[in-house]
Amino acid sequence: MTGKLFKDFSIFSAILILIILAAIFGILYVYASDAIHTFGFDFLTTSSWQPGEDDDGGVFGGYIPIVGTLLATAIAMIIAVPIAMGIAIFLTEVAFPVLIKPVSIAIELLAAIPSIIYGMWGLFYFAPIIQHTFGGSGVGLLTAGIVLAIMIVPFMSAITKDAMNTTPSVLKESAYAMGATKFEVIKDVIMPYSKTAIIGSVILALGRALGETMAVAFLIGSIMKLPSKITDPTTSIPVLLANNFSEAQDLELSSMFYLALILFAVSFIIISFAKFYFLGRRR
Amino acid sequence: MENIDVMRAEDLSFTYPNAPKPTLKSITMPIEKNKITALIGPSGCGKSTLLRAFNRIHDLYPGLKYEGKILLQKEDGSMENILEYKKENELIKLRQRVGMIFQKPTPFPMSIYDNVAYGLRLSGIKAKSELDGRVEKALQGSAIWGEVKDRLNTSAMGLSGGQQQRLCIARAVALKPDVLLFDEPTSALDPISTGAIEELIAELKDEVSVAIVTHNMQQASRLSDYTAFMYLGDLIEFDKTKKIFTNPSEKMTEDYITGRFG
Repeated sequence: MTGKLFKDFSIFSAILILIILAAIFGILYVYASDAIHTFGFDFLTTSSWQPGEDDDGGVFGGYIPIVGTLLATAIAMIIAVPIAMGIAIFLTEVAFPVLIKPVSIAIELLAAIPSIIYGMWGLFYFAPIIQHTFGGSGVGLLTAGIVLAIMIVPFMSAITKDAMNTTPSVLKESAYAMGATKFEVIKDVIMPYSKTAIIGSVILALGRALGETMAVAFLIGSIMKLPSKITDPTTSIPVLLANNFSEAQDLELSSMFYLALILFAVSFIIISFAKFYFLGRRR
Repeated sequence: MENIDVMRAEDLSFTYPNAPKPTLKSITMPIEKNKITALIGPSGCGKSTLLRAFNRIHDLYPGLKYEGKILLQKEDGSMENILEYKKENELIKLRQRVGMIFQKPTPFPMSIYDNVAYGLRLSGIKAKSELDGRVEKALQGSAIWGEVKDRLNTSAMGLSGGQQQRLCIARAVALKPDVLLFDEPTSALDPISTGAIEELIAELKDEVSVAIVTHNMQQASRLSDYTAFMYLGDLIEFDKTKKIFTNPSEKMTEDYITGRFG
């Protein structure tokens, strides 16, 4: 009797998640349909965001926020992945026992900090440093990317560390027994062994970086302009949505739903691609 | 002809980190050249600990303590104390000369070919032709070439347990070690695979000297030329296998091999 109850509950839960996914997609599509019909795929390559006067609908395009989102995320990943791997390797293979605990706790605490705090810290502490070093206004792609990297490092390194710790010690020993150095054991045994979990953590971190709103809103500059260099301010999809939602209506509102749909699709495509490309070949 | 020791523990004591007492107490015993030496004894007697001292794989973990000597024959025939090795480089060379096979098969997550070539590449061999030759020779020498020659580039994880273990032996043999240490190599395998491994070990002794830890008394008596019986960290008796199993000098050895304890 309880067995059946549990079974029904788990089936219900599994179906619920599918319903939620479909509902989100459905609502985004319904609200975006106005903009989709007006702009079609040109929306992706149009870089203006001009509300019209009175009856005129205006011209909206997602090119700049899409580019801004992808660039900020790319910068974050390029910085974060090596650092997260370094931390994980340090904690599993290199660290002296006294250091493991404090570093692990620090990582967990960093992961628990709300993103708005990263945004404020980034704006008041980090942006001036960037301004001092690279010139410009301080806020922009680079600042957003670096702070995004700091936000996703703890998460990635925590998962990667746990995965590396599951490498059987006899497997490591047998590599040492062949005359491998510590570095070779990490590279040839531990990394391949925990590959699946490492890539999983990178994918999840990527999803978080793509959708991060609050910290990026503080740091990316929030202006509708295509960046010509890495320190230029620009905007990203979530930031544009958060900044404009309260005033937008009609076609602008619909265009914002269109953007949201695109962010949804971009995340989905990148994550599916990463999964397929890195994990698919093993099966 | 007099037997030559390729390795010899002399008055060797070993203490694990934070342990109050040594796990090995003044062990003196040889590993003789081109012979198979079995280490037997009840669980906790220190036989695996002793085996793992011979290539200093213990040293991966900090805080342990060796006393006494472990001698290894150098190319010129003289003996060198491997406990004096300090640098990583020396330990790497030692482990290439004194290979080890573990209880469970431990193929690396890479292709069959790369598994065997791994140690060779680490030792600096890069030429494809030499690698090909030595991989093939090692696989043939480990009686697995016929089974894998058409699938060298597939993952080693797809092999059966017995095949994986022979692959691990091939991997160790490829380095042309002087000594191979086997730590209960068949305890995770079925009887048929066990038979294949035993046959292989018996053939290997033309090329290398072997020390094998085993729980299986029949295996020790079938396979080995010499047997060491250990109990609670002491070496109770070391002698020719025939003597140990038919007419041991110590009462304790007799009790153990006849199954009265352990």
